[in-house]
Amino acid sequence: MPDAMSPDVIAPAPAPDRIEGAVHDSRRHESAHKHVSGEAVYVDDIAEPAGLLHVYLGLSGRAHARIRSIDLSPVRHAPGVVAVFTADDVPGVNDIGCMGRHDEPLFASTLVEHVGQPIFAVAAETRDQARRAAKLAVVEYEDLPAVLTIAAARDGERTLVTPPMTLAVGDADAALAAAPHRIEGRLAIGGQEHFYLESQIAMAVPGEDGELLIHVSTQHPTEVQHIVAHVLDVPGAAVTVEVRRMGGGFGGKETQSNLFAACTALVASRTGRAAKLRPDRDDDFQITGKRHDFEIDYRVGFDDSGLIRGVGMLFAARAGYAADLSGPVTDRALFHADNGYFYPAARLQSLPLKTNTVSNTAFRGFGGPQGMVAAERVIDEIAFALGKDPLEIRKRNFYGTDPETDGRNLTPYHQTVTDNILPELVAQLEETSGYWQRREDIRAFNAGSRILRKGLALTPVKFGISFTATHYNQAGALVHVYTDGSIQLNHGGTEMGQGLHTKVAQVVAEEFQVDVSAIRPTATNTGKVPNTSATAASSGADLNGKAAQAAARTIRERLVAFAAENWGVAPDAVRFERNRVWVGDRDMSFAELVRAAYMARVQLSATGFYKTPKIHWDRAAGRGTPFYYFAYGAACAEVTVDTLTGEYVVDRVDILHDCGRSLNPAIDEGQIEGGFVQGMGWLTMEELWWDGQGRLRTHAPSTYKIPACSDRPRVFNVALLENAPNREDSIFRSKAVGEPPFMLGMSVFHALSDAVASVAGHRLCPRLDAPATPERVLACIAALRERAVSSQP
Amino acid sequence: MRQRLRFYLGDELREIDAVDPTLTVLDWLRLSERRVGTKEGCAEGDCGACTVVVGRLDGDTLRYEAVNACIRFLATLDGCRLLTVEHLKGPDGALHPVQQAMVDCHGSQCGFCTPGFVMSLLALYLNEERPDGQRIDDALAGNLCRCTGYEPIVQAAHAMYGIGDRSSDRVADRAAMAEKLKALRDEEILSVGADGRRFLAPATVPQLAQLLLDNPGATIVAGATDVGLWVTKFQRVLPTVVYTGRVRALRRIEDRGDALVIGAGVTYSDAAAHIAALYPDFGELIRRIGAEQVRNMGTIGGNIANGSPIGDTPPALIACGATLRLRRGEEVRELPLEEFFLDYGKQDRREGEFVEAVILPKPAAGVRFRAYKIAKRFDQDISAVCGAFRLTLDGDGRVADIRIAFGGMAGTPKRAAGAEAVLLGRPWTEDSVRQGMAALAGDYSPLSDWRASAGYRSTVAANLLMKLYVETSDPAAETRLVGDRRLAHA
Repeated sequence: MPDAMSPDVIAPAPAPDRIEGAVHDSRRHESAHKHVSGEAVYVDDIAEPAGLLHVYLGLSGRAHARIRSIDLSPVRHAPGVVAVFTADDVPGVNDIGCMGRHDEPLFASTLVEHVGQPIFAVAAETRDQARRAAKLAVVEYEDLPAVLTIAAARDGERTLVTPPMTLAVGDADAALAAAPHRIEGRLAIGGQEHFYLESQIAMAVPGEDGELLIHVSTQHPTEVQHIVAHVLDVPGAAVTVEVRRMGGGFGGKETQSNLFAACTALVASRTGRAAKLRPDRDDDFQITGKRHDFEIDYRVGFDDSGLIRGVGMLFAARAGYAADLSGPVTDRALFHADNGYFYPAARLQSLPLKTNTVSNTAFRGFGGPQGMVAAERVIDEIAFALGKDPLEIRKRNFYGTDPETDGRNLTPYHQTVTDNILPELVAQLEETSGYWQRREDIRAFNAGSRILRKGLALTPVKFGISFTATHYNQAGALVHVYTDGSIQLNHGGTEMGQGLHTKVAQVVAEEFQVDVSAIRPTATNTGKVPNTSATAASSGADLNGKAAQAAARTIRERLVAFAAENWGVAPDAVRFERNRVWVGDRDMSFAELVRAAYMARVQLSATGFYKTPKIHWDRAAGRGTPFYYFAYGAACAEVTVDTLTGEYVVDRVDILHDCGRSLNPAIDEGQIEGGFVQGMGWLTMEELWWDGQGRLRTHAPSTYKIPACSDRPRVFNVALLENAPNREDSIFRSKAVGEPPFMLGMSVFHALSDAVASVAGHRLCPRLDAPATPERVLACIAALRERAVSSQP
Repeated sequence: MRQRLRFYLGDELREIDAVDPTLTVLDWLRLSERRVGTKEGCAEGDCGACTVVVGRLDGDTLRYEAVNACIRFLATLDGCRLLTVEHLKGPDGALHPVQQAMVDCHGSQCGFCTPGFVMSLLALYLNEERPDGQRIDDALAGNLCRCTGYEPIVQAAHAMYGIGDRSSDRVADRAAMAEKLKALRDEEILSVGADGRRFLAPATVPQLAQLLLDNPGATIVAGATDVGLWVTKFQRVLPTVVYTGRVRALRRIEDRGDALVIGAGVTYSDAAAHIAALYPDFGELIRRIGAEQVRNMGTIGGNIANGSPIGDTPPALIACGATLRLRRGEEVRELPLEEFFLDYGKQDRREGEFVEAVILPKPAAGVRFRAYKIAKRFDQDISAVCGAFRLTLDGDGRVADIRIAFGGMAGTPKRAAGAEAVLLGRPWTEDSVRQGMAALAGDYSPLSDWRASAGYRSTVAANLLMKLYVETSDPAAETRLVGDRRLAHA
């Protein structure tokens, strides 16, 4: 509750028998004290090397056009300008695409394919000069027909940016044909801007012999390294990428940072001067990709009890002008088109459509949210058709809990769900949220309310954990123990606020049984841990925690062997406990042991490596086990809607979320609350609005509204599911938490739909589209009232 | 004429002779001073990452206010004290209670918005004892966080009052700083500049009037909450800036008996309580204009003079029957506010003329005033539609007087002449109101844009008239989602 202090806010003092910051303890973020004092260093805060040039991009003003001519002389002659770079200046390959499809040039040369596409870069002495100069280019365009929307793409040539995927189980057509009831419909879901508070930024510092050090706000340092090497035609070994922290990522810095890094690298390598590029917020919005918007055609067949017999769905997505991650994103939409529900027969197809808009990209949930919203719409349709509460239909269709006996555990991608805990999780939330009593209360309120209407919904989440690109499921770490007992920790994951470095440090502290304050996480650096995977897919702690654990264990085992031999005890008589080490009955500090080991020439540095077991995926066949496990959760939301204006508030939200055995409950709670609010924003107020020329007109916080402080639920009860260790051998039996809570925001969307439905006596499915801005809510109310009149018997 | 800018950065007196008139506080901090704790998130005053606290004298009292460094011009700090996030830690490195509370409550994740939140919380901590939840939401409405979902930050806003001794806060240093700032006070015109461009800041109304006669092309800047964006977003070069913020006479609110005379330099924050006392729902509207940082800088006069069709105070002021006082040299004229707005982007203001005050009549007995601000988000959002209504019923329940004005429905803030005419003299019934709603369609032809479609604007405008009717006729009906619900039936 906003006005109440929850007792668990202040981290409890560690129990005397535990180290400070052990795993499963609520430990503050490793940088918290630096965040609050302004001392945490982001790329733009790094002291600039002497002679640094500021780079700015010249952008396309057209959605689709041939470039007839470009006159850059006004740019070159502008005050402070040192150099201008175009596609002709790229020594290697003019491509920054992450999929190797060569469809994403660093600079457009003859053809522009979206408004905001970079055409050139200008380097000047100051950022202000570079910004001013970038506007001075004279570009002559020959406009070509532009495909701007999903509808235009689908009704036109249906050009795809990447091959589509189909998942099929059973005979969907036959199941639909045989079902007692059938419904079909279409659902539109808008995209979402990441709105990381720190915009994209990179700074390249040239070294000797073609070397470059790149400071960049990215989730994927290794990919930046590859792209820079590829653009400059230098070996990967010449490029070092470093990331201490990002001011937010959310998927928006998985591939989208490539452009900025490559640009600064080009300028630095060609001028011999350090170079920095930070677009202003409006340009960041226009240049970088967003969450995909989708239009989903669905068909569902079900029986009188609401049990689903068969489902067919077509997921048309606006991919933008290039592939980027649209393939895996639309794949993941299909992987989550079941959410937590068993489809005896299903055919799910993706349609990643090419449009003349910015190339859409990764965003927390990675297509999963759109798939799950479709599943929940289908559930709502069934509930309205049968006149039942949607929660009943949800529960009716959950996967089985026992694959041996239930026979309801096979997913549309032929993985068997073996860890389903939704039935008990939802039952618990149903109870603690008082769902059924409040359902009655709300009915009574609505019956007596002239203008305001309330709505309630409880929606579940089941989210598959692992990269569907199996090779990404690997990680490395590097741990150094110094002779004073202090420890440096490096791993391949990046810190974007999610507390990854804190959690991994807790893992290492636990292994050595030293206080976490002895562990110093260092900037992610491709020179320390190479060939890293993106910090994405919620995988950061799972993968890097295991890798760091392996490194720490290697060192610990060396220390044990040394101690056992040196003091003549059995290895199992060497115990690490609370900053001390017991060797038989001899006890010493961790630092004393380390010093002794060093003197005895024991190596105190180790790498660690981890790869996720059990997973495999055959995309062509649509079969495999792409996910190591599933993370679960559910949220119950209550809203009030103003039926005169379409405005609404979120009165109360109760969340129960599954983090397995949480590595750090405070950090996980932060992920849950933050993810929820971000997911709610996506489905409610956040609206991307392009005009008829393909220009994004909501391109800054003045026009693009993310939830503000007062938009959070008035009552917000968040709980972690207890006594639910991961059934798989994940890092200390925890579960990934980055993305799954995002989709808890669906509860607000469905609560809005429920409130809207009240204007027509809950007889008709409102078919509310997202984002449910006040305008869309009001339009839905009007449409529903009309349908109610025309459907009167 | 004083040609030196003087202000305190923390405890350090800064005196600057050459300054770009539109250099922002943020750029000065980050680029010139290399104080990089203050962040740029949007450079348009909408995210709060750059929030700093400015101390200024209000009479003889030192007031601390959170403002957006990204759109505030450095030279407007003349006579003020600037506090940034770097000033908070104690000499021994101890975190300030505000910082400690944020750490304890897990109030930061990526940390980029955090310095801004810390400074908004600092202003709250320095000014108010244990505010309630609504007040905390309002104080934080101008700070966006994309990571936490805000809950732990709100918890920190409660928890900070349990840490340290607020009455002797080291950072506030009120008594000593007030004296230091008083010593900087003078009645001279401040004139600083660079590269042939000038920043002129008069201290008196006659000085201002003369400067504008002498510099007819000058850009008048009050809070800079719009002009700031001309600079940061459009990189406009403003040769001469005349800043009104030092003119103390313009920052006064005078009670004339029948009306309030609100000086053009009065900020939203300063005006809010005075206006709310007369028209409670107008106060509620101001609570939702911009956010704390914007309300601390932006002025009612600027909101009018700027001429925006979507400014929120003009429709409310027009509905209240406000008049505008303009001045050019010695020449003063007054006109009904609605007559000031001639067309989109065009106001009835001559060269060298400036808005001196807006005169807000006090409500007569029986007047009912309502204002409704409709946007995608409740706080810190520009209205799609803003409707304001002043209604008086006679003893028979007929409409004795009605004034209706909307923002967002035309090229200017505009009265609904047709609907007013339909309603005047009619019984205040649902049937009359429906006729008024129909008449509204003839009063406005709104545009479609990213904030709302024309259809939505028209429908909502009409529905707001219905809302007014329900609120004035059905005391049991719940009609409000935010703010003080009692205002609906006040």
